Amino acid sequence: MANMQMTKTPMPEQDPQVRNHNFLEVAQGYTLEQAMNEAQRCIHCKNPACVSGCPVGIPIPDFLAKVAEGDIAAAYEILSNANALPAISGRVCPQENQCEGKCVRGVKGEPVAIGRVERFVADWAAGQGIANVATAPKNGHKVAVIGSGPAGLTCAGELARMGYDVTVFEAFHTAGGVLTYGIPEFRLPKAIVAREVANLEKMGVDIELNMVIGKILTIPELFERGYEAVFIASGAGLPMFMKIPGEGLVGVYSANEYLTRINLMKAYKEDSPTPILHNQKVAVVGGGNVAMDAARCAKRLGAEVHIVYRRSEAELPARAEEVHHAKEEGIIFDLLTNPVSIEGDEKGHVQSMTCIRMELGEPDASGRRRPVPVEGSEFQFEVDAVIMALGTSPNPMSTKGTEGLEKTRKGCVAADEGGHTNLPGVFAGGDAATGAATVILAMGAGKSAAKSIDAYIKSKQ
Amino acid sequence: MKQQYQIVKKKVLTPEISQISVHAPLVAAKAKAGQFIILRVDADGERIPLTISSADTENGTITVIFQKVGATTMALDQLQEGDCLHDFVGPLGEPTHVEGYGRVAVLGGGLGCAIALPVAKALHEAGNQVDLIGGFKTKDIVILEEEMGQACTDLHICTDDGTYGYHGFVTGKLEELIQSGVKFDHVFAIGPLMMMKFACKLTKQYEIPTTVSMNPIMIDGTGMCGGCRLTVGGEVKFACVDGPDFDGHQVDFDEVIARNATYRDFETKAREDHLCRLGGGALNG
Repeated sequence: MANMQMTKTPMPEQDPQVRNHNFLEVAQGYTLEQAMNEAQRCIHCKNPACVSGCPVGIPIPDFLAKVAEGDIAAAYEILSNANALPAISGRVCPQENQCEGKCVRGVKGEPVAIGRVERFVADWAAGQGIANVATAPKNGHKVAVIGSGPAGLTCAGELARMGYDVTVFEAFHTAGGVLTYGIPEFRLPKAIVAREVANLEKMGVDIELNMVIGKILTIPELFERGYEAVFIASGAGLPMFMKIPGEGLVGVYSANEYLTRINLMKAYKEDSPTPILHNQKVAVVGGGNVAMDAARCAKRLGAEVHIVYRRSEAELPARAEEVHHAKEEGIIFDLLTNPVSIEGDEKGHVQSMTCIRMELGEPDASGRRRPVPVEGSEFQFEVDAVIMALGTSPNPMSTKGTEGLEKTRKGCVAADEGGHTNLPGVFAGGDAATGAATVILAMGAGKSAAKSIDAYIKSKQ
Repeated sequence: MKQQYQIVKKKVLTPEISQISVHAPLVAAKAKAGQFIILRVDADGERIPLTISSADTENGTITVIFQKVGATTMALDQLQEGDCLHDFVGPLGEPTHVEGYGRVAVLGGGLGCAIALPVAKALHEAGNQVDLIGGFKTKDIVILEEEMGQACTDLHICTDDGTYGYHGFVTGKLEELIQSGVKFDHVFAIGPLMMMKFACKLTKQYEIPTTVSMNPIMIDGTGMCGGCRLTVGGEVKFACVDGPDFDGHQVDFDEVIARNATYRDFETKAREDHLCRLGGGALNG
């Protein structure tokens, strides 16, 4: 008999007023009892909707059943066969829009906390020193993966499991892509990313750091070097700005730069050689996960932080949990507000921002009600830093020197659901193909590209 | 497989400026004039961009020249031949366009001469007539004179204090040449921001198209973070992807000058801390 408790088993968390001064992980994870209690809330539907909501197709009720019995090793086996990076997705997936969003228990009450249980299982296995690194015997075929973010790591893991010789080319000095430079330590500890990367290396994946494909080697040159297929998973590119006056002032950051300084370069640590400004009052422009991450970092560095977003709370694209955590930590939400200009002092440093109030009009192409400015409602407020978290445009670097590769109107690599591009042997997925999206969608793309690559190489024999 | 980026040769050019050649064969095979690399000295180090001074495809080495201005370049200078860098990435940025100008002037200011040198050489090899104008504060810190002499048609050394060559700034020498009747089809200005700003002011007056090599603050250098953005002709451009070369008459120099000073206090402190760790006392030396 299922546990009919209406709400999720609460997640132990650091107190908001303590954690907003440190970079330690916010959510501390279930105990075995809590995980079993939560897993027992699954009623094992005949047609489990949760699975259809999962981009990597985890057999969710099966692993929950094992957790409910307390057989965590068996649960890990099931989970890790379907998902190469469970400790990561358990932490950063927007479950409310995916598995949990489809959970029948959510109709009257809260859905099963699938993400929390997933995280528990992955962390438990790591604690036991268990890693699912079994691979098929080497098949002698070489595949190159460009980028070691969620799409690249997932694809590399899947292919290594099938017996391929996989080389991952990473531009930075540390693997992980957005998991390393973008998502902060307090949401995804870097030790966990390093552990997942180490597991891939145990499976025989070769990770080459400091390799900017498109510059040091082009994709055609990778084929010349004996790679039979290339998966482009180079992620999102350059940050977008609003094109308003004052964006060149000192103290205006893109969220990518702000987060890279903090996460990749560890600028939050006192002895880091990479500097970051410690501001008094910061405005973060945007309402997505990246905006929440930047805001919560700025708060931890000691600032009063405002999220400035042009639509209303209902339209915030961030995960519900991130918004909730940000509010708990004292981030102020200035909704229906849009920046008009940023003003500086005589030294060119940010001094204030002028915004205009917005109201919601008719729905636009995205189906969301379009924000329209309220005439004459401009107001100025003092800030000493502005962080622009408005999304990114595709990075053209990795595909330089690859003649004839089709791009979308927005400049992303044109790829179908299986990751096929118009060039034989060239596959693409994740943000490089879709534009900025989520970690789990990138993982899903990496997984389906691995299947396509396997089929492609087999078809050539 | 982890790569080894070994320093195979080191040369002290002045007490402040050193030259190192690093084993990086894949980078050397691709490097072109005007491109740069990013390196890290150690596992926790910051990423610093340095322009490629020369590439030796035969020996697989890249040569860079650096001035000891901050903690990282000081730590870099502690390394000797045989030591390895932790990270070395490149070649980054777009190569300088060198073909079909005719007669060009290449202005190098101080350490900028190390970057002006390969650009002048590439322009010269591409068949342009090249006047290379290298400026230094004083005679004692003139670097690369012989190499520069070989890389151009005419070399003009300038010193601010008149202890060697032309007495004055590179812009003064350029104007003197223009006024003596030399018709330049293009000018390249490479060096401190102030020098490039004033070079552009001068060439604008004479309506000579001018390319500058920009060196904004940079972190990833791979087109991701946006830290190296500049305003060029009213639009946001990124030095790592669109540059580092830009039309000097379109660059908003005052903005870059302010942005490059963002972390000055931090850098001063890091430099002092580094000197303390080296045994102190050097600050006043």
